[in-house]
Amino acid sequence: MGKFLIRRLLQIIPVLFIISFVVFCLVFVAGDPVALMLPEDASPEDIEQLRESLGLNEPFHIQYFTYMLGLFQLDFGESFRYGQSALPIVLERLPATLELAAASMIVAIVIAIPLGIWSATKKNSPLDLLATGGSVLWKAMPNFWLGIMLILLFSVTLGWFPVSGRGNFSHLVLPALTLGTGIAAEMTRLIRSSMLEILNQDYIRTAKSKGIRDFYVVNKHAFRNALIPVVTITALQTSTVVGGTLITETVFSWPGLGQLLIQAVNTRDMAIVQASVFIIAFFVILMNLLADIIYKLLDPRIKY
Amino acid sequence: MAEALLEIKDLKTYFHTENGVVPSVDGVSFSLKKGETIAIVGESGSGKSVTSLSIMGLIGSPGKIEGGEVLFEGQDLTTMSKRNMRKLRGNDIAMIFQEPLTSLNPLFTVGNQISESIRLHQKASKEEAKIKSIEMLKKVGIPRAEKVYSSYPHLLSGGMRQRVMIAMALSCNPKLLIADEPTTALDVTIQAQILQLMKNLTNENDTSIMLITHDLGVVAEMVDTVIVMYAGQVVEYTDVFTLFKEPKHPYTKGLLDSTPKIHELKDELQSIEGTVPAPGTITQGCKFQTRCTRATAKCFVEEPELKELSSNHKVRCWLHEQEEVAI
Repeated sequence: MGKFLIRRLLQIIPVLFIISFVVFCLVFVAGDPVALMLPEDASPEDIEQLRESLGLNEPFHIQYFTYMLGLFQLDFGESFRYGQSALPIVLERLPATLELAAASMIVAIVIAIPLGIWSATKKNSPLDLLATGGSVLWKAMPNFWLGIMLILLFSVTLGWFPVSGRGNFSHLVLPALTLGTGIAAEMTRLIRSSMLEILNQDYIRTAKSKGIRDFYVVNKHAFRNALIPVVTITALQTSTVVGGTLITETVFSWPGLGQLLIQAVNTRDMAIVQASVFIIAFFVILMNLLADIIYKLLDPRIKY
Repeated sequence: MAEALLEIKDLKTYFHTENGVVPSVDGVSFSLKKGETIAIVGESGSGKSVTSLSIMGLIGSPGKIEGGEVLFEGQDLTTMSKRNMRKLRGNDIAMIFQEPLTSLNPLFTVGNQISESIRLHQKASKEEAKIKSIEMLKKVGIPRAEKVYSSYPHLLSGGMRQRVMIAMALSCNPKLLIADEPTTALDVTIQAQILQLMKNLTNENDTSIMLITHDLGVVAEMVDTVIVMYAGQVVEYTDVFTLFKEPKHPYTKGLLDSTPKIHELKDELQSIEGTVPAPGTITQGCKFQTRCTRATAKCFVEEPELKELSSNHKVRCWLHEQEEVAI
């Protein structure tokens, strides 16, 4: 396991290299931030001067070299908007996003695991149909719309939770529900179909033939097997969750990375964009690593 | 003669599919004494496995036991509560399945899976169950039993896994062992070992065996009584010597003819033309009519009963009704 971890961690390095290159290229082709930074009536000389001072006149490879040089020192350059180094600004926003993502995952797991197992064991019962139908409906609902509806109902009408912002636990409830129930919808269907497949396996019949109670057959023998594909697919969906946080944070004015990134894109604050995307990519890779570890812990047949 | 341990009376297990009701087991009756070994023989689709799963109470939706009784020590298992049935399963009646490769849970150690039954049925502590499990593994001839106890099934060969299954099934000293084609998936050299092992271990405790197979070689080797099933029905029911010496049903004869014999080397093996009809497709007459070489007009119209020829020989065929009349 130790060796596996070291090898897996070393594999992250080239991936990060590729990501940094892709991010740089995207920003390079995204256009010139100078036009947005200066007033509309700025003279061509002023524009030229600013471009010069930002190093935007240099050819592609020189710019990339400068960028990489900074990257090795974890320096993504200065934010045009904040006038300070980009990475600390991004890292400052990180805890809020992690808090939201973790709360959403907890909501998703708490809903999806019992619901998925239960609808698989009671296949085609009215309750199963309700669960599967409901999850399709839920998945079809856009995040931003669901968020707004929740705000309208629970904040504006009932006044139970704050409308937006981050603060104590009550601030977290609505954004976590918005994002979490969306993930739960997907996860429920996944667990259900995975469970249905496992419940037909020979070793489940063996377990039943031993006289084990249905509860243990389902929760011990079947669920652990069913979890393997669920873990894999959930990890692969981390990027979807990240996309979800961008939207949810914007809807709820949640001061996280997603909100910062969207603002930065709108204002072409490239240093912030690069730093945010890099950090997000890093977390997606980390989640996949975590999934690999869980996978190995769950399934003794896995050899790396 | 000892009292019957298991008595099946007119068992009917039907599957309710989208295309209508399919009678997989259609009025099967037989009995099994303590210590006796019985074989159910037939091709795929003849209802052998469904019969055994019906006894275990493991018929899942859309299948359902529609009628008949399964009497185990006088108690009807078809009407028994789920809870009592669970107490019986794995304890008094144990089962070994056809596919040792897929019958063990890949995520739990062999030891965990064997001790699970012991702890459940014998209320043993973790340590006691472990000692008993290792003892069972040694009994089924597994070398380095302690090591195998803590290994996962994927590290074992097919033969070893089937030994583990046997250890698991016999760990609570069951009164009845149902073995559903226990050697089909194994190498020929391993097959004989496994059968011998089953026989030795069950002799020790006077365990009855219900062996489901399509291998007549296996039948000849270890069985007392044979039931030949075809399309969900018993077509011949007799002791093993009579079956090989005087098979009465054309289907049984066909099965025997299609078994290779070392002293009659032929270029080509005989076979029974065609396949078992899908359950429910033959609604009139004898179920074997489509493949029988000796079918008469009557066979297509009227269904024969399972008729007693002598005290230990029953057959379901019009030919033998007529013979009797002729005599």
